[in-house]
This record gives sequence, structure tokens and C-alpha cells, in this order.
Amino acid sequence: MRAARSVRFRRAATTARWSALAVAVALTAAACGSGAGDGGKPAGYVSIDVTEPQKPLVPGNTNETQGAYVINALFTGLVEYNAKGKLENANAESITTDDSRTWTVKLRKGWTFHNGEDVTARSYVDAWNWFADIRNNQQNSFWFEDIKGYQDVHPEKGDPRAKAMSGLKVVDDHTFTIELTHPVSYFKYKLGYYTFAPLPHGFYQDPKKYGQHPVGNGPYTFEEWTHKKLIQVKAWKGYKGVHKAKNKGLQFRNYTSYEGAYQDVLSNTLDISPQVAPKDLPMRKNDFGDRSIDQPFAGTQTIAPAFYSKPFKDVDPKVLQGLSMAIDRKTITRTVLNRTRVPATGFMPPEVTGYQKLKTDIFDYDPKKARKLIKEGGGVPGNKLWIQFNADGGHKEWVTAVCDSIRKATGIECVGDSKPDFQTDLDARDAEQIKAFYRSGWVADYPLNVNFLKELYATQAQTNYGKFSDKEIDALFRKGDKATTLDGTIKVYQEAERKLAEKMPTIPLWDYKANVVHSKDVGNVKVNYKGDVILSDVTVK
Amino acid sequence: MGRYVARRLLQMIPVFIGSTLLIFCMMYALPGDPVKALWGEQSSDPAQIAALKHHLGLDQPLWWQYWHYLTGLFHGDFGTQIASQRPVADVIAQAFPVTIRLTLFAFVFTVVAGILLGLAAGLRAEKALDRLVLVFTLLLISIPSFVLGFLFQYVFAFQLGWVTPTVQDSESFSQLMLPAVVLAALSLAYVTRLTRTSVAENLRADYIRTAVAKGLPRRRVVGVHLLRNSLIPVVTFLGTDIGSLMAGAVVTEGIFNVPGIGNAVFQALTRREGSTVVGIVTLIVLVYLAASLLVDLLYAVLDPRIRYA
Repeated sequence: MRAARSVRFRRAATTARWSALAVAVALTAAACGSGAGDGGKPAGYVSIDVTEPQKPLVPGNTNETQGAYVINALFTGLVEYNAKGKLENANAESITTDDSRTWTVKLRKGWTFHNGEDVTARSYVDAWNWFADIRNNQQNSFWFEDIKGYQDVHPEKGDPRAKAMSGLKVVDDHTFTIELTHPVSYFKYKLGYYTFAPLPHGFYQDPKKYGQHPVGNGPYTFEEWTHKKLIQVKAWKGYKGVHKAKNKGLQFRNYTSYEGAYQDVLSNTLDISPQVAPKDLPMRKNDFGDRSIDQPFAGTQTIAPAFYSKPFKDVDPKVLQGLSMAIDRKTITRTVLNRTRVPATGFMPPEVTGYQKLKTDIFDYDPKKARKLIKEGGGVPGNKLWIQFNADGGHKEWVTAVCDSIRKATGIECVGDSKPDFQTDLDARDAEQIKAFYRSGWVADYPLNVNFLKELYATQAQTNYGKFSDKEIDALFRKGDKATTLDGTIKVYQEAERKLAEKMPTIPLWDYKANVVHSKDVGNVKVNYKGDVILSDVTVK
Repeated sequence: MGRYVARRLLQMIPVFIGSTLLIFCMMYALPGDPVKALWGEQSSDPAQIAALKHHLGLDQPLWWQYWHYLTGLFHGDFGTQIASQRPVADVIAQAFPVTIRLTLFAFVFTVVAGILLGLAAGLRAEKALDRLVLVFTLLLISIPSFVLGFLFQYVFAFQLGWVTPTVQDSESFSQLMLPAVVLAALSLAYVTRLTRTSVAENLRADYIRTAVAKGLPRRRVVGVHLLRNSLIPVVTFLGTDIGSLMAGAVVTEGIFNVPGIGNAVFQALTRREGSTVVGIVTLIVLVYLAASLLVDLLYAVLDPRIRYA
């Protein structure tokens, strides 16, 4: 009996051993999958930390910094901005208008796509119609809303009524006209946004495939995209534009953290990191010397009051002016923010065309006057304020500092209202649950004062989460839009900005600076008005 | 035996359905709209948001979405990412091998180094070496993994220049060594402590005394009689540890730039990519289940008195 049992034991143990071995083998086999290594970068190429673009590489869909880097390397539109944010013709020979409503575009001849196909008026018109069509789910489709017939291809509800916008007409191979629903004197500025790109014929046959293997007309041609690893583009010899690539190609490498990229630039494994993590900010000058670049760009940070919230319902603007004067911008940008921001001097940064020096002291730190203004304005109901922010964006430190500053200067209780991440923050804004202030920011779509005012403070604006509404301001915006010259528009909008300083739709805090570090192997690293590195100008040593 | 394994495998089905449903509901309950967030802080377009939601089926009720997801799974379709429009299966297929490599590496390191250290300490319990190992493991347990990560980066990449600070090719085993060691550090400490205690205790057991009295060579006493009996608690720990090594590598993956599962889940969570989170977490649950099955089978190998019918 005993012997028999022990045999059974042994057999059980043996089978178990084999089963265990089989599972182990299976696991090991799974681990040894195939896949080629990246094996470094080709000579003469510049590598930069740009995390994986969120979306397929289609100019009508990309709207985040990462993807924009790649799109800008692959496509050149009608006009482009130079390093200083001034408009220059690129693929367009001329863009003319008499009434700011009908625009005639003449293309430069001889331009081709990377596949050899000619860039014609059709390449633009067809692409724009495709981007605007609601069925194609392009995130930048609203950029075409000024064009006549947009409502037909992009209705608010239901299926489109037309296939193309009636406002776009091809005259000949290299000329087309754009008719708008109303005069927009700064339409040319909008055209500088990369969404207004041309597409080759091949795109429409398989947009999905194209989004993974884009063919454009820009200074670089697409080489490869290994997801979550790298995108590689090669300098294109056939490029006819002014800003030819000064290097042999670009390698956009995906990093899971800015800390990792920083270490790699430090060891010259990576050439450029366009952003520095808070952890490394204090040491960047020490580590890199003049290879650490800080440059202001057209982006701004504000705290905006929700005008439906208890503390700010029917608030006297004087209270907001007072609160603005209770914030010690100079000290906070120098200490907490490590000099990565510049104290604000208006509702937009100086890099924007139409910027003006406002004759006001509301951006100065003056606790005495702050208290006086708040008292005159009737104070803050409940004597308590909140600043809503998303905890995943590195805002906590400065929100706390701003609150401290307000509390010390005015005696009003102020606390941060932290939302776990950006989505939750947006949700609260949409649901009108902001308790007092919310963190707000804006980076220029195009470097014109209109972009910093109309999108944020017009009553109907999508991003006006604080529900600021003022008839006088709305009327000024309308007047500015009707002006037939660009200068006329800028002037009226400047007037509106001066008025805003009295009405306080938001409290501007500071303007952004780009913090770029680069390796010893590259030179001529510069930043454009948007805070992006101008990659085609980077040289390899 | 075969029936036992089959039963265990069948048990995975309800666990699989339950876990997907649970995670699916959790993702649904999270505040934040993934489609609206695509527009970020800039202007958005309500008509396009509605059209996109309809296209993705996000305007449907929860039960419909779950049913749609589940039926898709049976066709081998893990769903599509909202932003990148890539099949989730692709995302997983890319991140999983990287993580499995890293985990296996860390795991082997944990097992080999941990058991050896534990054995050495256990055999010389209360002596100088034992004390030294105690201090060493305490240090590993108390140092957060990111500190260890940055420390290693500083020493091996910047001071010694042996490696690049981050992993350049996540498919190369030699490059994965540094992150694997960092990842394994904590488990290594636990395995060492467990082995040490178990060995020290079993040294005083009757069967060891008998084995020694029989005149067996020391190597056999330690290697077969002592170690085999001491490994049961260690194996239990290792079984659950394989799952946490896989899922808990977010910090290490960030420091060394390894695009693995931890990072993929983290990113998908912040972007509210429901189907990606459900897909990956479900796979990790399956790995947990497989590992625990493996552990149970190993018990029988280690201790012949345990058998499964």
C-alpha cells in the first residue's frame, strides 16, 4: 500500500515538473520576439526628443506640439512665419485681396511633392475640402470656418449637404481664389497655420495608410516611423523653399520622460531636448552653460475668474485689478518658476504682432493699492478664493505661491483646487463647476493680437470657460473683424485690449519661455515665436 | 494532473470576463472626456466632437459599449485608439515584448542573486555575513526605486561611462541590464530575507539532522534537502511578484526610457484611452493567473507530498 502511494506521488511530481517547464518555455519564447534595433542615427542627422505624435500624420488632424514638429518638417504651406513671427510667402508667389473677402492665391511654379507630383491649385483646394468635411473627423476642420460653404460640408448637425466648399475656386493650375463669408483682414495670418497644407492625389485613395507614410512638399521627406520609438525624415534635395535643411535629416525620438532625455543630451547621446523637467531646471545652466537656451515665446499663463461663481458673480473689475496687484510676479517667476517665465505686461506676450505697452499699473505688485482697490470694489464675498488647476501639469507650485501672495497682501483666504488631471479639469470647466479662478493658458495659433483676444474673451468663444461677456468688447471685436486692412484690425483690437484692462476678463500672470538644451554635436539651435526649435536651421558639427 | 490544469485554465474565463467588465466600468466612471481633450487648451469644435464620438461609439450606453468591446475581442479585435487610430492590438504587441524582456531579466536576477544571498546568510545565521546582508537588504527596501535609478545612471553612465544613460534599443538585453537591476532591487531584498529565514529555520529541522547523520555530503544536504524545502515561501512570493514587476515598472521605464507596458498604461490612462487600458490590464491579470498556476505546480515539484488530482 505504502509503496504504491509513493509511486503515485512521484508520477504526480514528474508531470508537474513537465507542465512547469512547458509554461516556462512558452514565456521565454514570447520574450524572444523579433524586431530590428534602431542602431543609432545616420551621420549628419539631428536627433530631438519629441514624444510619439498622438495622431496619424495628417495636417488636418495634428494639433499637438509633437505632431506639429513632424508635420512642419514634411509640409510647407502658402506662407510661413520667420523666426521673429513675421509672415513670409513660401509656396505662394502672392496672396492678394481688395476687400479682405475674396483672396487670390498665385503659387510658385516648379514646386513638387516628394513623389514628384506637381503642387497645383488643385492640391490645395482638394485638401482643404477634405479637411473641412465633417465625415473625415479632422480636428482642425474649424480652421476653415471663414470660407464660404463651410457650413455645407461641416454642418452643426447631420450629414454634409455638399462635397466641396463653394468659396474655393481653381482658376488655373497655379491660381485659386478663396471667398470668405465675411471680410477677415488677417486671413493671411491664419494661412500660416500648417493645416492649410496641400496634399498629393495618392492621399485620397488611402488616407489611413498615408497617415503612417505621409508624402508632403516640405524640406524633409519621410523615411520611417517605428511607433513609440522614432520617426526619421531625410533632407530633401528637391526643396524649392527658402528655408532649406541645413542638416542631412532629423530623428524624432520618443522619450517617456523629459528627465531621460535630459540625461541623454548631457551625455551627447541625444542632440536636442526641447523641454526641461522641473527637477533639472535649477541645474541646467550649470550642466550646459550656453547650450541651455531660454527664450520667451508667444504663450501666456493667466488665472481666469468664472463669472458665474459665488466670489465673482457681478464682480466689480476693481476687485480683480486689486487681486492682480496682490500677486508678486517678479519674485514667483524668479524663485518658484526658476526664471522659466517672464512677468506679464498685458493680455498677450511681446512676441505677438499688435502687442502694446498698456499704460496701467495693474501688473505691478502693490499690496497697499491692492487692498484699497478690493475695498472700493466691495471685497470678495465669503473672503475666500480658489484656483482650479490640473495636478498632472506641474502647476501646483506656482498656484500655491500665487495664493500665498494674495493671502499675504490682502488677507483673503486662497487655496488651490486641484483636479487629478487635465481631462477632469476640462470637465469641471465644461460643467461650470469652477469655484472662483481656473488656470488658463494660451499659445499663439498665429502671432497676431486677434488670436489672443477673440478666442478667449468673445462671448461665444469656445475657450471662454469663465463666461466673460461684455457687449462693448464684443462690438469692438466685430468692428475689428470688419476692418478691411490688417492695420485697421490690429488697431481696433488694441483698443479692445486697453478696454479689457478695465474689465479684467482674466488676471495675466506671466509669459512662457522655451527651455531648450542641446548637445555638443549640434549648433545654431534657435526657437521660433511658438517656442518650437527651428529644426531645419540646426547644423551638425 | 491534466484535469487539474484544465480546470484551472477554465477558471480563468470568468475571471477574465469579470476583470474586463470591472476595468471597463472604472474607465467609464472616470471623469474627463477623451475626445474633447484632443483639442487641448485651444479652441474646439462641438460639431466635430459629436461626430467623432458617434463614429467611435462613445455616445452609446455603457452596456452597449462593453458588449461591442467583448464581441470584438472574440474576433481578435482589441479596439482602436481614439487619438492615434492605431489598433490597440498593435500597441500591446509593441510594448509587451519589451516589458517581458525587462521583467524576465529582472526576475532571473532576483531569483539567482536573491536565493544565493539568502542561502549564504541563512547558513551563517547571526554571523557577520548575515548582518551585512541584513543591512544591505534593508537599504534596498528603504531606497525608492527612482533614487536608485538616478544613482545608477550617475555612476554607470556619467562617472564610469560604461553605458548610455537611457536605453537606446529596448530589444537589446545588454542595454536592459541597468533598468532590470533597478527594477529587481526591491524583490531581490524580499527574496533574500525570505530565503534566509526559511533556510535558517530548516537547518534545525529533524530531516536535516538525519541527512547529516546519514553521512550525506554537505552539498547534497544543502542543495537538495535544505534548499528544496526552504523554497516554498520564496516561490509563492515570486509568483505574485512577476505580475507586479510587469505592471509596476512605470517609474523605472520613465527613468531609463523603456517604452513598455507600464508606460503604455500610464499614457492611456491620462488620455482616457479606455480600450487600451482594459486590454493591457486584462493581459496582466492573465499573466498573474498563469504565474499563480505555475507556482501551484511548482509546489508539487518542490514537495512531493503535494499532489493534484
